[in-house]
Amino acid sequence: MAENIIDLTDEDFDELLKTSDKPIMVDFWAPWCGPCKAIGPTLEALASEFGDQVTFAKVNVDDNPISPSKHNVQAIPTLIFLKDGAVVNQITGMVAKEKLEEAIKSIL
Amino acid sequence: MSEYDLVIIGAGPAGLTAGLYAARARMNVLLIEKAVPGGQILVTDWIENYPGFPEGISGFDLAEKIKEQALALGLTIETAEVQGLDLSGKIKKVILKNKHIKAKSLIIASGASPRKPGVGEDRFMGKGISFCATCDGPFFRDKVVVAVGGGDTAVQESIFLTRFAKKVYLVHRRDELRATKILQERAFSNDKIEFLWDSVVTGMDGVYGVEKVNIKNLKTGKASEIEANGCFLWIGILPNTEFIKGDVKTDEGGFILVDNRMQTNVPGVFAVGDVRDTPLRQIATAVGDGAVAAVSAEHYVESL
Repeated sequence: MAENIIDLTDEDFDELLKTSDKPIMVDFWAPWCGPCKAIGPTLEALASEFGDQVTFAKVNVDDNPISPSKHNVQAIPTLIFLKDGAVVNQITGMVAKEKLEEAIKSIL
Repeated sequence: MSEYDLVIIGAGPAGLTAGLYAARARMNVLLIEKAVPGGQILVTDWIENYPGFPEGISGFDLAEKIKEQALALGLTIETAEVQGLDLSGKIKKVILKNKHIKAKSLIIASGASPRKPGVGEDRFMGKGISFCATCDGPFFRDKVVVAVGGGDTAVQESIFLTRFAKKVYLVHRRDELRATKILQERAFSNDKIEFLWDSVVTGMDGVYGVEKVNIKNLKTGKASEIEANGCFLWIGILPNTEFIKGDVKTDEGGFILVDNRMQTNVPGVFAVGDVRDTPLRQIATAVGDGAVAAVSAEHYVESL
């Protein structure tokens, strides 16, 4: 399931934004963050459900400090939802799967 | 028409333990969780007062272990947000977005959330304001942060923050801490923590994120300003009872009142863990509540 979520780096973050013809959800996470690990399975489930319509990506903020700082991410887990290259929604913290589904549907 | 013997709302330590006991007693049980199993311990960096783990254990690992154990004993967990309850009949109804679930008995284990003082959370949540040092501490490497509170959480998490921040101002409205002594000792001997007694945070300011935190000394009335990029708020918790709407009796703070079998004023409806009126909110007390409530629910269902 995890292969439905692209592992992004600072280098290919902008490239994806430019080239993706689908809306994008990016998950900012780190291995030391319990809540990030806890929402992992939920994101994987959503990625297999909506993977055809939305590009799912994740950024390890430990290895990639530039992308989170560019998007003013100072807390994790933070999910950003992009449509036509622009951030349209941002969710910080653990939220219900239903809320994430709504957020994803709103960028379809 | 199918109905459960028992429906549990919330998968923190209390709810998971209730589920574990009920599943092991071969009750027809369902646990409903709105986000992910674990509850508040998921945001706890390190737990060293839960028996059985002499080296301590991370909140995430403990949550995973309790969940695994409950699942192995046959518990079913469904992800959904409870919208309301209907406790008017003998069979209780749990109202979800798309359906109702019927149950002979209910255990409310919906936990609590950090109290929000209204000092800029709408504007700076996730942009400097945080309730979770474990999640957000590393974003404040070599920066100055303000922490607020005087209980166990505030003191323990402030100590954790000193791993990253160059300075932590701990703002507390009284002139002494409420935290357990071992945590106080560690905080007082930590060079990076400076205490601002008798003080509260009144607001904050910044362009993209927090840059300044406003402090007021309650004794002198003097206002001051600290240049800081983070503000961590640990000033207590509020019960997660939005879906209950007066269906069961609570204290003035909204915490659910129960007897020593964890039963509320409504027969067959129980409440456990942080959501109930309890003298101590710890994992050890939450799991104890869960066990008592599961057995109480089992007896209640047998008596029907």
